[in-house]
Amino acid sequence: MNKLIISLSPHIHAPGSIDRCMWNVVIALVPALAVALWTFGLPALWVTLISVGACLLTEWTITKFMFRRPCTLSNGSALITGILLAFNLPSILPWWMVIIGAIVAIGIGKMSFGGLGCNIWNPALVGRVFLLLSFPAAMTTWPENVDSAFNATTGASSQVDASSGATLLTHLNSGDTSLADYNLLDMMTGHMNGSLGEVGGLAILLGLIYLLVTRTITWHIPVSVIASAAFFSWAFGGNPILDIFAGGLLLGAVFMATDYVTSPMTGKGQLIFGAMIGLITIIIRRYGAYPEGMSFAILLMNSFVPLINRYCRPAIFGAKGRRNQA
Amino acid sequence: MKTFKIGGIHPPENKTTGDSPVVDMPVPGELRIMLSQCIGVPAKPIVKPGDKVEYGQMIAEAPAFVSAPVYSPVNGTVKKLEPTRTPQGIWQDSIVIETDMDNPVSWPAPRTQEEVNDLSPDEIIDLVGNSGIVGLGGATFPTKVKLSVPKGKSVEYVLINGAECEPCLTCDDALMRYDAHNIVKGTLLIMKATGAKSGIIGIEENKPDAIKAMKAAVSGERSLNVVTLKKKYPQGGEKQLIYALTGRTVPAGALPIETGCIVDNVATAYAIYDAIYNRRPLTERIVTVTGPEISEPGNFRVKNGTSIKDILDFAGGVPEDTGKIIAGGPMMGKAVSTLETPATKGLSGLVALPLSESLRKKEGPCIRCARCVSVCPMGLEPYLLMLQADVKKWDDMAASGVMNCLECGCCTYTCPSYRPLLDMIKLGKQELRKK
Repeated sequence: MNKLIISLSPHIHAPGSIDRCMWNVVIALVPALAVALWTFGLPALWVTLISVGACLLTEWTITKFMFRRPCTLSNGSALITGILLAFNLPSILPWWMVIIGAIVAIGIGKMSFGGLGCNIWNPALVGRVFLLLSFPAAMTTWPENVDSAFNATTGASSQVDASSGATLLTHLNSGDTSLADYNLLDMMTGHMNGSLGEVGGLAILLGLIYLLVTRTITWHIPVSVIASAAFFSWAFGGNPILDIFAGGLLLGAVFMATDYVTSPMTGKGQLIFGAMIGLITIIIRRYGAYPEGMSFAILLMNSFVPLINRYCRPAIFGAKGRRNQA
Repeated sequence: MKTFKIGGIHPPENKTTGDSPVVDMPVPGELRIMLSQCIGVPAKPIVKPGDKVEYGQMIAEAPAFVSAPVYSPVNGTVKKLEPTRTPQGIWQDSIVIETDMDNPVSWPAPRTQEEVNDLSPDEIIDLVGNSGIVGLGGATFPTKVKLSVPKGKSVEYVLINGAECEPCLTCDDALMRYDAHNIVKGTLLIMKATGAKSGIIGIEENKPDAIKAMKAAVSGERSLNVVTLKKKYPQGGEKQLIYALTGRTVPAGALPIETGCIVDNVATAYAIYDAIYNRRPLTERIVTVTGPEISEPGNFRVKNGTSIKDILDFAGGVPEDTGKIIAGGPMMGKAVSTLETPATKGLSGLVALPLSESLRKKEGPCIRCARCVSVCPMGLEPYLLMLQADVKKWDDMAASGVMNCLECGCCTYTCPSYRPLLDMIKLGKQELRKK
């Protein structure tokens, strides 16, 4: 007989693991990736591969030469950051900008805080916003040749800047909100211009269903973001359906705001977090200088997560009133 | 279907012995009877080596109120008083008795129903105390203390815990299937002793035969109810069970009596029946022996003091590949360090895990997935408690409510990063108790 092993209880463990959670997210991203490839063609594949490759290499280099710790690539989190960063970029972005974005995302967004679990902001969004602020023109230049019913009706050629296609949000912000301008089904199936991952609304919702069924995430954040965005869109006189399906709102609600590390710990906190993201997004879209506010909204609310955690602690069973703040 | 409100998990049941009968295990030649078999002061031996002892004779007395005496399970001779290792490997005092095989036990004459009816509540409590009965669900709190209702408090409900939410264990299930009527008699005695008007027996839905047997046994007793509970761990936790059965919440830091409830395990109710009707002190209990590779798993009635090795041999021997043996269930049981350790009053089961299931996986960073928070049945934040314990902030842990932890293990069970959350919480509680 072997020597008996001694450890404290419990002696059994649930089948889940970090790797399983992360790979579930990767699987959930596949439909949206497929739509991106179908809509934008090969350039989308290059952007994704470069972004993923650069993210993995950055993480490997930092863990190996700076942290001097064992390799952490197998947990899949760098892969997710790579895919999500690519999903936030136009398909025709120059390759070296993609690499800069990846290095900032992993290097500054995640590893500078100590790696997985320690970062304050969503790494992929840190990368995206860095690129958006550094290269505003390139980051808002969309491919012209997209087979887009939306482009067909409003016409990229009618735009002032003929060299770039326009996204729906650009039109929305120029005051053009009439329903005649778009076809909802086209918007949901990738016949739309924009960043890689934000054009396939249905594919993202498919990913959401997979994440919910596998219990990778809970419903609180996606539902509160979408509901709050719809409500405030209506309250500010917009078209809720347009606001939900245009731009990166769905992508952010399902894949970015739900990042474990940078979202609150309790259901109540997550609802507040999601509702605020919806509100800030709509405010930026209506009144801000940028056509899209999702990434700023998520990063802003990421900053509030510690505060939300502090004020939305679960009630101790049997304890009266609010507990002491730790 | 009723259950508790917050948290909880659904671990695989693995109740392989759910249909097994209760089998009397043969009396071994030598018994090692531990003196510390309850939460409270260890019993004080009143025999010396060479003494002849009889079945049911007190061999160690309770030196304090929160303590329980110990009785001889056999006729035999006291060989020596010497330390024996507990399951955790700590040496503690014990009495070694050599069984007199030629002199079989003669049972005392049982009390008649009339004699039992004539007992006053105080007499019942005294008899319970003088039978060495402790809580048999695992906590081993002296039952006499629990039944002595403090002045100014009253008991409305006696809740009998037949939830048996621990995976693998079926000892309570087996008892309910085979001795339902006697559990009911024990429950009525607890109600009489505490002045409670009604009793509720809570059983989880995965034990349909036990529910049927108990329902049949309570029919005709208008003060008793059998309630089927939804399967969820840790339903058998005292506060969780009270909420599930009565909807009442025990205030944090208070005892169940504050809600007018007392909770006893089905095996405790049976032990009380046995002590009062049959005049038999607590010297044996049902132990579930199971594990994926145990060849003859089952529910065995085991004499107090039987070595764990003998019990496992009775179940077909320790499998070659065994890496860990758990005294109790896999969620809250304790890993056994030596097979020489004897069965005590609190031993509900022995689970042998193969080596592949015995080792912990490597711990990773906390990714704040919040699963530990969502499964904690006490509304605590295990991730935060562990971070505080890592930097030895014991007072912060206290402020975070660590003393409410019931150590059910849901947090560690569910953590996708395999972090030893409960280990660190237990450390924090230990440090705080020292102060």
